[in-house]
Amino acid sequence: MLEIKNLCAAVENKEILKGINLNVKQGEVHAIMGRNGSGKSTLANLIAGKNNYSVTSGEVYYKEKNIAAISPEDRALNGIFLSFQYPVVIPGVNTTYFLKEALNAKRRNREEEEINAADFMRLIKEKLKEVDLDETYLKRSVNDGFSGGEKKRNEILQMLILEPELAVLDETDSGLDIDALKTIAHGINQYRREDRAIILITHYQRLLKYAVPDYVHVLMNGQIVKSGGKELALELEEKGYSWLEK
Amino acid sequence: MKNTLKKENSIIDEAISQDYKYGFVTDIEQETIPPGLSEDVIRVISAKKGEPDWLRDWRLKSYKNWGKMKNPSWAHITYPSIDYQSISYYSAPKEKKELKSLDEVDPELLETYNKLGIPLQEQKMLAGVAVDAVFDSVSVATTFKEDLKKHGIIFCSFSEAVHNHPNLVKKYLGSVVPMTDNFFAALNSAVFSDGSFVYIPKGVRCPMELSTYFRINAANTGQFERTLIVADEGSYVSYLEGCTAPMRDENQLHAAVVELIAHKDAEIKYSTVQNWYPGDKDGKGGIYNFVTKRGTCLEDNSKISWTQVETGSAITWKYPSVILKGDNSKGEFYSVALTNNHQQADTGTKMIHLGSNTSSTIISKGISAGKSQNTYRGQVKIMKNAENARNYSQCDSILIGSECGAHTFPYIDVRNPTAKMEHEASTSNIGEEQLFYCNQRGLSTENAVSLIVNGFCKEVFKELPMEFAVEAQKLMEVSLEGSVG
Ligand SMILES: Nc1ncnc2c1ncn2[C@@H]1O[C@H](COP(=O)(O)OP(=O)(O)OP(=O)(O)O)[C@@H](O)[C@H]1O
Ligand SMILES: [Mg+2]
Repeated sequence: MLEIKNLCAAVENKEILKGINLNVKQGEVHAIMGRNGSGKSTLANLIAGKNNYSVTSGEVYYKEKNIAAISPEDRALNGIFLSFQYPVVIPGVNTTYFLKEALNAKRRNREEEEINAADFMRLIKEKLKEVDLDETYLKRSVNDGFSGGEKKRNEILQMLILEPELAVLDETDSGLDIDALKTIAHGINQYRREDRAIILITHYQRLLKYAVPDYVHVLMNGQIVKSGGKELALELEEKGYSWLEK
Repeated sequence: MKNTLKKENSIIDEAISQDYKYGFVTDIEQETIPPGLSEDVIRVISAKKGEPDWLRDWRLKSYKNWGKMKNPSWAHITYPSIDYQSISYYSAPKEKKELKSLDEVDPELLETYNKLGIPLQEQKMLAGVAVDAVFDSVSVATTFKEDLKKHGIIFCSFSEAVHNHPNLVKKYLGSVVPMTDNFFAALNSAVFSDGSFVYIPKGVRCPMELSTYFRINAANTGQFERTLIVADEGSYVSYLEGCTAPMRDENQLHAAVVELIAHKDAEIKYSTVQNWYPGDKDGKGGIYNFVTKRGTCLEDNSKISWTQVETGSAITWKYPSVILKGDNSKGEFYSVALTNNHQQADTGTKMIHLGSNTSSTIISKGISAGKSQNTYRGQVKIMKNAENARNYSQCDSILIGSECGAHTFPYIDVRNPTAKMEHEASTSNIGEEQLFYCNQRGLSTENAVSLIVNGFCKEVFKELPMEFAVEAQKLMEVSLEGSVG
């Protein structure tokens, strides 16, 4: 579903990604771990199409197509979803309205009827339960005044409503209390399906206990220096990252 | 559902593909007096309009006063000094005889109004809006006049009112904005060309929206309309004003005066969508809009509400205000001011509380994009005898890009200790991060900007009459075109 070949990227002449190779197939869950500043969010943003990086070499293929020239919105419409490490506040834009617009953009793209208000409310209420948020959040502006944990739940809520095919979750587990962590893991497991794929960026084994990955990769200095099964996460938790340094 | 989708898409397409769409010039024979301003010119204007002596003398007195006044310099705007002798102060479509029906209006002119989407023609009257259209200096047609007459409502051009209702005009003209009020009001009082007059009699609720459409067509002319609206005891009126002008390289001056008078228990709602030509992307051309708008809540329990959506003009200098004289009277100001490219806006309001239990609400939304400057300037004054006066002010600004500016100057003057004042202000950016977030959820950048801007303006748009609200949203999209990415 996603194939990254020797991807190198820089910001303001600073090289951040130095040859990433990654192959994610349908039905798989990949965890990416690594120190602060190792380039995890950069990779996630590049997959979503953020354009303030310069890709110096390499390619990203999504559904067998090189997506270098595809805009972020078209990537999103074609099934790529990014749960942001730091979701932004959009003042004045009502959360329900925003979600409805986003869903309808997707439906229009598939040449489907727009969802009517009643159906949408039914859908959103059902999904709210999955992420344990109450309806009052819908009345507020997007992420406006949301606590750290509420923002993360709101990201998962959007994922459940938009039903992407490839979800990249950038530290969706950071800053969560134990119950919230389970809620997020539950959301991820709800979403998980044979025809979908997930990339989990995380610092902690504790999420991976509930949302078990098929593969774990370690990102260091802009490269994937080690890949393995779910046990690798446990090993990292025990030993840290320094043993991987060359 | 499908339909709204189509509509939205076409709005966006339109937004992408077009610049100022009202920029055409109507090829019509005009009678324009040569540029320049003097007592003689004023006599000529007055004579052309067949005015009574008292009005001519009022004009001359205003002119004298104006001569002693200075162009105000306190606003946060810069522009080359205006040469008042290079402007023509009167221009009218030729062939000025009394028009009996719309059939007699010049077809070229009607075509212009059709292009502007004004419901002048009979079939369009179903829309239920009575329109007075002011083309350059002259009021061309007032629709629905007969209908309104049945209710005793007077809705006509200012010139007509001078002839047919001289006592009303004489009583109220300059009673809210005195000729000495400010430089531009004095100039207007001397040379005003035409405009609209409305009188709603006692206890009458005006059954339709009244609307004036202002259009500057001729080159090198200034437009100086005068609008006077009087709502007698217990009456209600909602009034709409729209403005456009052709694209021209040189700047054109527009200096209007609007006076509103609300008697006991009366309510006036005044809405403006101002879309004068803003100049091109490099700041060339555009209208200089120096306007004085003020209303008086003359007696108890009256209410005046200003709603404005300002997207046009190279320079906007405008402070629709309310004098709250009657006890329990209410003043409201809802404003969206959008500036893009090199536009400059210095706009806001004044709420002067004189009576007791008076209350005022100010909601101002400024949107700056490109290299524009957008200033909110508002004054709330609670006078000594205004017991238990209340004011709520909220001034929000949003910046798109990094080369524009937003400024807020609230002046508060409280002389009665029982006053309750609340003020909130905020400034935010539409940043790349927000746009990327929206893009990531499948929304295009145009869509995202309009979502954010419309969300930002929601509180003001909901004050507009339906047809205007839709137009305002479209305008925002067109005006913001090219402001991002
Ligand atoms: N726009 C930018 N300008 C300058 N440097 C940047 C920019 N974006 C990222 N970087 C740098 O690139 C490096 C990688 O950043 P990135 O956000 O991808 O790290 P991360 O692995 O997600 O870290 P964390 O675990 O703290 O979230 C960091 O050193 C960061 O400072
Ligand atoms: Mg990160």
